[in-house]
Amino acid sequence: MADIGSGEVPIVDTLLDSTLDSVDEAETSVLKVAEDIGFDEDERHKIGMAVRESMVNAVVHGNRYSARKKVHLRAWKAADHLTVAIGDQGEGFEFSAVPNPLSEENLLRQSGRGLLLVQAFVDKLEVTRGQPGGTELKMVKYLGNTVK
Amino acid sequence: MSVKLTIRQVGDVTVIDATGRITLGEGASTFRDTVRDLAGKGNKKILLNLSDVTYIDSSGIGELVSGFTTVTNHGGVLKLLGLSKRVKDLLQITKLYTVFEVFDDESSAVRSF
Repeated sequence: MADIGSGEVPIVDTLLDSTLDSVDEAETSVLKVAEDIGFDEDERHKIGMAVRESMVNAVVHGNRYSARKKVHLRAWKAADHLTVAIGDQGEGFEFSAVPNPLSEENLLRQSGRGLLLVQAFVDKLEVTRGQPGGTELKMVKYLGNTVK
Repeated sequence: MSVKLTIRQVGDVTVIDATGRITLGEGASTFRDTVRDLAGKGNKKILLNLSDVTYIDSSGIGELVSGFTTVTNHGGVLKLLGLSKRVKDLLQITKLYTVFEVFDDESSAVRSF
């Protein structure tokens, strides 16, 4: 997803504390952008959930609530789509190594469904490991029937 | 607002009426503690009414699963009532529709135990 936001200045670009309050803050910021673009209420709900789940991953699993670590939130507005990037300063993880929550043996696990929901609610998702560490989730959501 | 839980009995079925949000933090832990308490006190037939739940995230989904296994491990049954379209969608995405028995109507749910 190298073209996401390339050459454009994000409309949201902020460093957030590793707290659950930041989850609400990120959702509110991104939903304002989504509303400006013209996403309807149902689509905004999906975007909000994707942002919340990504933020929880960053705050809880990435930065482990550390007061010394921040979550980098960026959002780009385009006529027909929204792009959001959420990066943490944790140790990073391999997306492919995350247990499949839909496998029979994992169905009754209490956790591990966050990324599944993010994938379900956006049109594109890319997970990259930062240098020297951390993880960034980049997601794109298109308006209505726009060709993806 | 996080979740508010109200407990009532319909015959031998314990109904938990949930209102609000079941999300990471207070909402999820309130739900977990309540279900464990009920199961620990010997309530075997538990019906979780989600009609007035406005939002559930993956942590909330995890708590539903945890509640299900807690009640099952105590020899009981936990069923779901009154799911909104969004919560139904979540159960389908996560394949948990194959795990939970789900009802739209309370009297049918109560009779099913």
